[in-house]
Amino acid sequence: MKPAALALAGVALLTLPYWIGGPYYVNIASQILIWAVFALGLNVLVGYGGLVSLGHAGLFGTAAYAAAWLVAAGAGQLAAATGAIGLTLLMSALFAVLALRATGIGFLMITLALGQILWGIAYRWISLTNGDNGINLSARPMPLGLSLASPAAFYFATLVIFALAVGMMACFVASPFGASLRGTRDQPRRMSALGYDVWLIRFLAVLFSGFWTGIAGLLFCYYDQFVSPHLLTLSSSAEVLLMVISGGSGTLLGPIAGAALVVAMKTIASAYIERWNLVLGAIFVAIIVLMPEGLVPGSRRLWRWALQRRGTPAEGVAR
Amino acid sequence: MSQWVVLAVNSVSLGGLLFLLSAGFSLIFGLMRIPNLTHGSLFMLGAYVGVTGLRLGLDFWSAALLSGLAMAVLGGAMERLLLRRLQGQELPQVLLTLGLSFIVADLCLMEWTGDPISVSTPATLRGFVPVLGFVFPVYRLAIVLIAAAIAAALWLMLDRTRLGAMIRAGVDDPAIARVMGIPVSRLFTAVFCLGAGLAGFAGMLGAPILSVYPGLDGEMLPLALIVVILGGSGSLPGALVGSFVIGVLYNFGPALFPELAYVVLFLPMLLVLVLRPQGLFGRQTP
Repeated sequence: MKPAALALAGVALLTLPYWIGGPYYVNIASQILIWAVFALGLNVLVGYGGLVSLGHAGLFGTAAYAAAWLVAAGAGQLAAATGAIGLTLLMSALFAVLALRATGIGFLMITLALGQILWGIAYRWISLTNGDNGINLSARPMPLGLSLASPAAFYFATLVIFALAVGMMACFVASPFGASLRGTRDQPRRMSALGYDVWLIRFLAVLFSGFWTGIAGLLFCYYDQFVSPHLLTLSSSAEVLLMVISGGSGTLLGPIAGAALVVAMKTIASAYIERWNLVLGAIFVAIIVLMPEGLVPGSRRLWRWALQRRGTPAEGVAR
Repeated sequence: MSQWVVLAVNSVSLGGLLFLLSAGFSLIFGLMRIPNLTHGSLFMLGAYVGVTGLRLGLDFWSAALLSGLAMAVLGGAMERLLLRRLQGQELPQVLLTLGLSFIVADLCLMEWTGDPISVSTPATLRGFVPVLGFVFPVYRLAIVLIAAAIAAALWLMLDRTRLGAMIRAGVDDPAIARVMGIPVSRLFTAVFCLGAGLAGFAGMLGAPILSVYPGLDGEMLPLALIVVILGGSGSLPGALVGSFVIGVLYNFGPALFPELAYVVLFLPMLLVLVLRPQGLFGRQTP
């Protein structure tokens, strides 16, 4: 059953530009994949590490800005991409050193503040970042000499990266490192009594998460060919967190489903109303109050509840 | 020379406003263990409600009181109807306040449009007073006096009354406070109302100098956050000292380092986090 479903999904994704009907939808599919990579990256911390970050848009933006800035400064695409990921990793290390002085709410507050600093730099340090006007990226890179200018070509390139991200996440979840990260989430004191360096495990998790966040930022920079301070706002951080939580944090498919849901909602909502933030906030509140464990397990629970007619106390609350 | 004096006066008056905003934020954080991410929204919404009050013909002070009351009611309702459902789950509570802040921001944009609204200074407080050879704007001095009066009242309330003693007990150890028969959950509502009311009042009080515009919430919330990280959660003196430090940095930062103003603003917070994570006046949490 499961391999069949996976194969079906793979075929659907591989042939998507041929059946979805139009470059507009192909572009939306690329966006979903990019955000899914971002959400997978954040899920490492939120789902497996129990560390909720509200500053990840800062890391995402760091990668996007660094790539656009380096290309604008005359660097080659490969050098710019490497530099951008390197800088994002450095920034993640800085985030980790500062934010890992706390866990839980403290971690959330510190990452929020750090994210706001990075937003402030993008917005106010005009001689470096061009402020509100942002930076244009002259052209998409041409890996192996292939042009990514068309929506379908870009979609396939994104799909490759996305598949790599999913594969690496699956390895990570199954690996001893993944298990020890889940251990630090559930029983940090026992883990440290067992001789694990809890801080180091969390630090590496932040780096791993930052790496994929950076990759997503890079992809987004290539997709849009434009970066602006808007990428780094608190509402971007909240959006990606919503993807993780709405789909179901701590699962592999949850963030992907969440990314598809949020991007689709955003696209549909913005076609009819301008008030995306209102919709975002409302879904956020609804999900947290009604289905804190995410849509898929949550709807299952509601279904069971409806069948039994007698509410059993919610078991799986959001961590 | 006079430019620095102007900056100093602006710093102190902004410090006063920030104190009104962050005192409530700090108490809520201290008692309920959550940063209320709607606090900036309450500040902005308070200012907008005050603007509507002015348009309906209220005078400035009644409008400011109206903002405070309206936000207190809204804050109380938020706590009773939504946060209460997630009692004990701190993370969902924080995310809930985040979601609410987006909703409030968008509703404000719908109702009061995206154009900045300037509020004129109340007639009796216009003009300048000469002090020691400098001229100071009366309204800014008035803000400082009002903030000082409210700080004193809050301190008296916390230090000398039964309610204050219960709040302090709740901040120090909610579990034991509950065991001792203190109605901690009712305190949550009371403190939330108080904090929200102060934020709304501060919003209207600040309107003549800051004006009211979309994004004001996102501007004020990080400031309240830094103040509380600096001063320590649940500590009134911490909020007071933190507010003035941030008031000074917010005004002198852009003058000294125009492009790095935001970084300068957050630097002391980072220092405190590294050297004294519980904040200048905070207590080590068990």
